[in-house]
Amino acid sequence: MSTPTAHEYHPDATGSKIGMWLFLFTELLLFGGMFLLYAVYRIKNPVDFHYASLNLDTKVGALNTVILLTSSLTMVLAIGMLERRNRKASLWFLIITIGFGVWFLINKYFEWSHKIHHGLYPGSEELTGRTAGENLFYSLYFLMTGLHGIHVIAGLVVLGVMTWLVGKPHQRTLPLTALTADARAGAVAVTVEYSEDATLDQQKLIRLENAGLYWHLVDVIWIFLFPLFYLIS
Amino acid sequence: MSAAKHQPVSLGTYVMVWLALLALTALTITVASLHFGRWSVLAAIVIATIKGTLVLFYFMHLRYEDRVFRIMLLLALFTLAIIMLLTFVDVLLR
Repeated sequence: MSTPTAHEYHPDATGSKIGMWLFLFTELLLFGGMFLLYAVYRIKNPVDFHYASLNLDTKVGALNTVILLTSSLTMVLAIGMLERRNRKASLWFLIITIGFGVWFLINKYFEWSHKIHHGLYPGSEELTGRTAGENLFYSLYFLMTGLHGIHVIAGLVVLGVMTWLVGKPHQRTLPLTALTADARAGAVAVTVEYSEDATLDQQKLIRLENAGLYWHLVDVIWIFLFPLFYLIS
Repeated sequence: MSAAKHQPVSLGTYVMVWLALLALTALTITVASLHFGRWSVLAAIVIATIKGTLVLFYFMHLRYEDRVFRIMLLLALFTLAIIMLLTFVDVLLR
């Protein structure tokens, strides 16, 4: 208690967001490389890609697109609610977002099971009898939607941690040095005056925003995956 | 950094962006079912790019952030574009 500065926290929203974006760029290049692979093989095997794509269920793909887009909306609403100091609403939107993510994965599970059941997986007997182009399509399909699925799982873990963090009682963020010595002595009384939801915990907000950035990136990647795999005509 | 940046974005804006994203999803499915041949691919990529931009600028707040974020994104996309361009030059002109 002798050094009030030890309790201080200087939120650096811009710095921490730049860090998150730099990470997102590495993700962008990771998936970018795969999209490039896809583009080259599709240019070389346009007809095979078309026939292979007919086996994918556009309805499931479209449903999953709507699910992810809506989960992105509930994610920004969770952030918006925390910004407006409504922690309870923020928590609910986070939980709904997680629900949508789980729903997406359940659909993906049934979709993959269906494909594998029909012998449509890399190296299967069924596929080895087909053209090279169709084999490439399914390899890319499982690779790219699989890697995307892993990102959804990672995103859900992050959102789970965020739910715990946002749900946790507030940390006191009152800058003690900003107060006069008299007020500092009475700092405990000052914090009590703030109701729990009235104080905006800057640290929580920055973390939630960064978690949101990751979740939205996963959505952006799906926005490109959907037409490229499900809508080939 | 500035106080203006911390002004929360209106929740109505988010809902409008979401509706636009849903409409564009319906559009991309419709366009694909019309069988425009070669143009279908282009249409799909253009619509996906518009959707991605909406998510980046509104949901991911790029529109409201410091300019440095948009410059960084452009640099990343520029890098990706160079990689793609060089690969296509190699593959198509080999």
